[in-house]
Amino acid sequence: MTADNSCEEVVIAGFGGQGIMLAGKLLAQAAMKAGKEVTYMPSYGAEVRGGTANCMVVIADEPIASPLVARADSLIAMNKASLNKFGARLKPGGLLVLNSSLIDTEPQIDESVEILAVPADGIAVELKSPRSANMVALGAYLQRRGSLGPEAAAQALPDVLAKRYHKTLSANIEALRRGGEFAEKDM
Amino acid sequence: MCGNEALAEAAIIAGCDAYFGYPITPQNEITAYMSRRMAEEGRVFVQSESELAAINMVFGASATGKRAMTSSSSPGISLMQEGISYLAGAELPAVVVNVMRGGPGLGNIAPSQADYFQATRGGGHGDYRTIVFGPSTVQEVADCMQLAFDLADQYRMTAVVLADGFLGQMMEPVVLEKKPGRKLPPKDWALTGAKARPQNIVRSLWLPEGSLEELNHKLQAKYDRVQADEVVCEQYDTEDADVVVVAYGVAARIARSAVNKARHEGIRAGLIRPITLWPFPTEQISMAADELRIFLTVEMSNGQMVEDVKLAVNGKAPVLFHGRPGGGVPTVEEILERIRQLSIPRRVRTA
Repeated sequence: MTADNSCEEVVIAGFGGQGIMLAGKLLAQAAMKAGKEVTYMPSYGAEVRGGTANCMVVIADEPIASPLVARADSLIAMNKASLNKFGARLKPGGLLVLNSSLIDTEPQIDESVEILAVPADGIAVELKSPRSANMVALGAYLQRRGSLGPEAAAQALPDVLAKRYHKTLSANIEALRRGGEFAEKDM
Repeated sequence: MCGNEALAEAAIIAGCDAYFGYPITPQNEITAYMSRRMAEEGRVFVQSESELAAINMVFGASATGKRAMTSSSSPGISLMQEGISYLAGAELPAVVVNVMRGGPGLGNIAPSQADYFQATRGGGHGDYRTIVFGPSTVQEVADCMQLAFDLADQYRMTAVVLADGFLGQMMEPVVLEKKPGRKLPPKDWALTGAKARPQNIVRSLWLPEGSLEELNHKLQAKYDRVQADEVVCEQYDTEDADVVVVAYGVAARIARSAVNKARHEGIRAGLIRPITLWPFPTEQISMAADELRIFLTVEMSNGQMVEDVKLAVNGKAPVLFHGRPGGGVPTVEEILERIRQLSIPRRVRTA
């Protein structure tokens, strides 16, 4: 969310198993805790590990009319297929956070779009928490855009992470922070 | 909380005594949530062997005076229609949730509003109605559960909550709280054991000559009361509107975005959002049609509610339609473009 824009529409996309839905729920929960209006809309039903997965999060100061994101302010693309699918939906001047560990080609995208290439899987592997690539990417996004910041997501994480995974809380919070640090350095 | 879970918890808060259901996407979270929470509350949960069984279990539980509900999605609701007709014939209260998906047939699992006819015309055989809610937000889904149970009991009717795949799956902030319910008549018709009182009979078979006609007149009088007293409808920016969009559910949210953007462009657009789909806000729409304006009905179907809008407008104004069938969802841009086109003639007229 930028100063002249009271509504931020985000698409998070990747393949099933990358934690796309969790990242989206976390973003929504953090925004809700910050007193924002928020909607979270998952693609649902036929999702399987390895298939495609995406979710749409709208964060606003006013009540949100449509939960559907036709034109996104930001896209977090965790693999090539989702970049191809959703890249064209980015608004001019939007933000593309791409997982450069899995996307090795130059994105064919409007010149005005800001690109933040984050080696999300690489950083997650460094942290010995390879499944936290979603958190690295989300942390980077939150550092670059919006008023929330990675710390807000860290605080909301226990709310959305299933209890049986709470032993991974510290690793995931670390991943959020490392993503944030990466985005900060990459300015 | 996703819409399905909010709806389930709201049903528990509203005093649902018994849930019967059979899983189907996109409403599985209701069944799953109920299987856990109803047990915690010491209430009844049965995963039935079919939708037909589920609705007949609802019939049985309701006949004993308990608050009973079921939930399903479009194909499953079709299977329940016989039972819903029997509930109407026996004048039993029930709450049925339909989280609509694309049809016809097994269709797909995408959100849809193509069961409007089925829900608002009764759905099964015979001359009957169900009270139908078309909520638009997760909060409203939750809020209308309490009202659905209350109206079902008050009028001894089936109340249908018509949601869709989006509303079931999407998450947004929701406040769940017990609200003061309506003052309801005692269920002195219920089958509770006939000790120290005359026997009660619950049935939908009326063979003696004239008895079924008499029942139908009684039902119709009841439906007339519901039509007179229970319409709920939101009007948004309609007062000075040249173009009035009529939409419900998720389509209404998208339409509201389009209306806001149209206003931003200086086009006088508004939205009428029926919250009860039956009773339909006929009078509200008819009154809106007394002014010179154009109506645009937006639905996730090939045009069903638009017939009710036309009946309400009754030739006083043009009624146009924009829809996406088969799991398609209209975009804000699509609707905005239609509004722009429709606003032109009025601008010319006033120039």
